Amino acid sequence: MEFKDKLLDTYIAFEEELGPKDSIQKLRSQALKTFENLGFPTKKLEAWKYTSLNSLLQNDYLLFPKSEKAVELNQIKHAFLYEIDTYKVVFIDGVHSPFLSDTTHDGLDVCLLSAALSKPKYKKLIDTYFGSVADTDESMTALNTTYAREGAYIYIPPSVVAEKPIEIIHLSTGDQGAVWLQPRNLIVVDTNAQVQIVERHQSLKEHPVVTNCVTEIFAHPEALVDYYKIQNDMDSASLIDNTYIAQDKNSHVSVHTFSFGGKITRNNLNFYQNGEHINSTLKGITLLQEKQHVDHYTLVHHAQPNCESHQDYKGIFSDRSVGVFNGKILVDKIAQKTNAFQQNNNIILDDKAKVNTKPQLEIFADDVRCSHGCTIGQLDQEALFYLRSRGIPKKEAKALMTYAFANNVLESVQIPTLKKKINKLIANKLGVNLGFDL
Amino acid sequence: MLTIENLHAEIDDKGILNGIDLDVKAGEVHAIMGPNGSGKSTLSSVIAGNEDYEITQGSILFGGEDIHEMSPEERSHKGIFLSFQYPVEIPGVSVTNFIKTALNAQRKAAGEEDMPAAAMLKKIREKSSLLGIDSKFLSRSLNQGFSGGEKKRNEIFQMAMMEPKLAILDETDSGLDIDALKIVADGVNALKTPNNATIVITHYQRLLDYIIPDFVHVLYNGKIVKSGTKELAKELEAKGYDWIKKEVAG
Repeated sequence: MEFKDKLLDTYIAFEEELGPKDSIQKLRSQALKTFENLGFPTKKLEAWKYTSLNSLLQNDYLLFPKSEKAVELNQIKHAFLYEIDTYKVVFIDGVHSPFLSDTTHDGLDVCLLSAALSKPKYKKLIDTYFGSVADTDESMTALNTTYAREGAYIYIPPSVVAEKPIEIIHLSTGDQGAVWLQPRNLIVVDTNAQVQIVERHQSLKEHPVVTNCVTEIFAHPEALVDYYKIQNDMDSASLIDNTYIAQDKNSHVSVHTFSFGGKITRNNLNFYQNGEHINSTLKGITLLQEKQHVDHYTLVHHAQPNCESHQDYKGIFSDRSVGVFNGKILVDKIAQKTNAFQQNNNIILDDKAKVNTKPQLEIFADDVRCSHGCTIGQLDQEALFYLRSRGIPKKEAKALMTYAFANNVLESVQIPTLKKKINKLIANKLGVNLGFDL
Repeated sequence: MLTIENLHAEIDDKGILNGIDLDVKAGEVHAIMGPNGSGKSTLSSVIAGNEDYEITQGSILFGGEDIHEMSPEERSHKGIFLSFQYPVEIPGVSVTNFIKTALNAQRKAAGEEDMPAAAMLKKIREKSSLLGIDSKFLSRSLNQGFSGGEKKRNEIFQMAMMEPKLAILDETDSGLDIDALKIVADGVNALKTPNNATIVITHYQRLLDYIIPDFVHVLYNGKIVKSGTKELAKELEAKGYDWIKKEVAG
């Protein structure tokens, strides 16, 4: 049986299990139809031209792994920002782990989507937000919607500043063979509220795992959302991330994506600007080796006047790794005075590494500033010579240049502990110890 | 200290150095002058180990040791320092962190431990004050947004920190106004000892008013065509390079 058929056949039992309390039953059955019609995306689609999921669809994945086994804190400490106090929503093989989590309802909600989907007091909220910004015509999103039942649910009330960052951590133990996980996160940041969120997916041992994740973020007027995605998973893990962000007037949302590992990673990152004076920031560092593959597919939809968007993605590719960047900027006719900036710079360290980069600008307004640039190059040999002539060995010199190259993205990380951690991840990846924190 | 014999070097199959002989002893200052395109910067790059150039003939000995096959970092560890004409910008890495990394790499190569933080700080203070560098400058990203003068001053600061046996100053005077030139020259002079040597590469005589050379060599078409004392530099200033070209042609 093909995996697609399994996904379709499983639904009836799943629906029965959820029962009548399920508040998104209608959305699910619609989404199932969409997925049935579209199936998995193939390279024939323009949007998936450079990324094939074929190699992932050969396995028979367990859809609802049972998480019986407790995970020792020490075993997974590295996946957390353990040096500082944070709220935590932690899942093991898709199931919430109360032991590892640190949730709250005290002044803000940092809790579980399963609760929000089943408890009557959240019904209005779910009706308002759930599935309202996610693209219902996109097959992977539809597949997630069909089976969505767990993930983080975060609500920050008006004018509340979350005093510590929130970590959303999805762990995969590998104890039950190949697993297909579909976390669903819903984040609502009300008027003038502020929050910092770090999201990470991590396997605990080598095993086939595919995570098809959907996150919806709503930033109300004057809200400030600072979101970080850490993608440093094992070579047996793949991630299809679908993030949809709706922004109201005067809100600022930034998403940093650090893609350092995993087999195939696809980041569908979509910003919709629904008011004036909105600021959207999309930044990323992609640092790949061996046969890793990362595809950034971004969309910024400027639908109102006087808004800004800033995109800055840096990629460094070794061995046979592959990077893809497709950045679409859509400026509606009424979105005058839009200021949209897009930059994608890539360094290729080996002959066999590959990068495909494509800006896609669709501008219907006449008074806008849109700039874009993409480069693919090699490390500057003159700069390398300069560093080595100061006694710095080649490997360390290359690492320093990598830091320098990625610095624009690193310097805007607002959580110092996280910045340090990312610095360390980069140093590990490059096999150096520079002996200082940048 | 440095003995170059019949050195030929090329880049992309194009010969740039066509038989250089040069002997630099400890305590000496040598100036290498010459018109644009004569091979001055190539010579400094080749001594420092730039792998873009291929040595096709001849030898370079440093401290009696053949350095032909050594990497740039190994040559640095042996005590060769090149002050670049165009220092490279490294955003996100501060001057302090960069020099710490360089110095500790040097110590590691010598089998020594990292320099203790307090000692490092003291040394940085001492050497930066020698060159009139303030502490704000030290926390800036290396060479990023630096003026021409700041870049060159920073090169000499690195030289002061690394205490090389042989310093090669490649067009250190270019882009400097007279005040900056004096500061840089004073710094170089203050670092001079009987045990180290300096090669000053310059197009103009101006810098040699402040850093007095023991020997002056004229490089033309990849060869040293004339050597003399500081008087030769004065003569070049007065007469330009044309008479040398004619002499070589004749």
